[in-house]
Amino acid sequence: MTKPRGMFDDALLMARKDLQLERRAKIGLGQVLPFAILVLLLFAFALDPDRGVLKQATPGLFWVTVLFSAVLTLQRSFGLESEDGILEALRLTGMSPAGIYLGKVTALTLELLLLEAVLAVGVAVLYDTHFIGIPLLLVIAFTATLGIAGAGAVYGALAARLRSRETLLPLLLLPLLAPVLIAATRGCEVSLQREAMSGWPWAALLGIFALVYLTLGSFLFRPLLEDA
Amino acid sequence: MSALVHLRSAVALIGRFPALAGVDLDVYPGEILLLQGPNGAGKTTLLGVCAGLIGLTSGQAVVLGEDLTANPRAVRRRVGLLGHDSFLYQDLSVVENLDFWSRAAAATVQDGRAALERLGVSSRLFDLPVYSLSAGQRRRVSFAAMICRRPELWLLDEPHAGLDSSGRDLVDGLMAEASASGATVLFASHELDRAEHIAHRSVTISGGVIIADSPRATELGSEP
Repeated sequence: MTKPRGMFDDALLMARKDLQLERRAKIGLGQVLPFAILVLLLFAFALDPDRGVLKQATPGLFWVTVLFSAVLTLQRSFGLESEDGILEALRLTGMSPAGIYLGKVTALTLELLLLEAVLAVGVAVLYDTHFIGIPLLLVIAFTATLGIAGAGAVYGALAARLRSRETLLPLLLLPLLAPVLIAATRGCEVSLQREAMSGWPWAALLGIFALVYLTLGSFLFRPLLEDA
Repeated sequence: MSALVHLRSAVALIGRFPALAGVDLDVYPGEILLLQGPNGAGKTTLLGVCAGLIGLTSGQAVVLGEDLTANPRAVRRRVGLLGHDSFLYQDLSVVENLDFWSRAAAATVQDGRAALERLGVSSRLFDLPVYSLSAGQRRRVSFAAMICRRPELWLLDEPHAGLDSSGRDLVDGLMAEASASGATVLFASHELDRAEHIAHRSVTISGGVIIADSPRATELGSEP
């Protein structure tokens, strides 16, 4: 036997395993990404007669699409953990619950950031968006995604215990993520120079959301795992 | 000799159903104990309680010297559970699963590979996803994931299920080896002909209570 693992070792192990699962099953690439692009397309079809409205609404449409895609990604990620007694097996390993949580958040954040990068290209092509203020956009994308993954992992674990998890997860999660949606949308609007004020306060607000979600999640994950 | 598993008036509810309704049980180091009884008798719940996964509603449970109510996590990392579920990620390959579960349990990747070899899992299966394996092959991989962490207490629910005759002999051999090396084995089985040759003691459970405790497996409590 080797020495007991620390929380960050557990997080790294868990994240690596989740990314391995994605590489093997390709659910994100094969299902979530096409879904997200389809939603962007539908918005374009719905708002095309008035191109001005589409351009005006681009940041909001982008983040709504990210949220819907995040729900699908979370359902997949925690659905796997609730199959075949995996949650029980994880409890038997003695892994740190906070480590498991942080590992899930890390993998989700990476997967969602990749999705957002592809969606950004989609937005540029379909909505004729010209990206300016790139550093601010990148910070907003990172902090918002961390917040979505941080809150999503808690609710994903909660919903994984329930039979009706497919319908309950969005009902529980989307209201909680409304502040992230608003702040990320406003921050992107500013960054794309649709408004003449600095976008950094929005990025800071998103950072605070992410920090709060991650701190609460690290503490809440233990009872969630215990009651699984 | 002090008991490795010590249950007194153990009551466990699954929902509102009393799956254990007052169990008294002592299991000693190195012992191989057969749990027998009809479906729904409480065998799986009893194994779950001993693993620290199912909490008691009332009563006392001390396993591996730890009070399960106070510190179930300290017990969990020292037990190995083979349940009805595979405890494997279906989309990961055999070696990816073993690498993950061995490292998660603070064992080494080499421990995982050695366990696969011990269970007779052919190396041609190593890179296949678990979902593509047969039930018997999957059972062997699950068993390997359990033993790679070198548990002090083995909790096996129908360990022979899905295995061919060579696999069943292998499982019997592993249980005997574990016992000889000081580990303790609790296993639930309906295959009494085979189980009575391996077990040192047999306990029959029915309706959530122990109704017979005999030094050797008998025909008691056979499937109705």
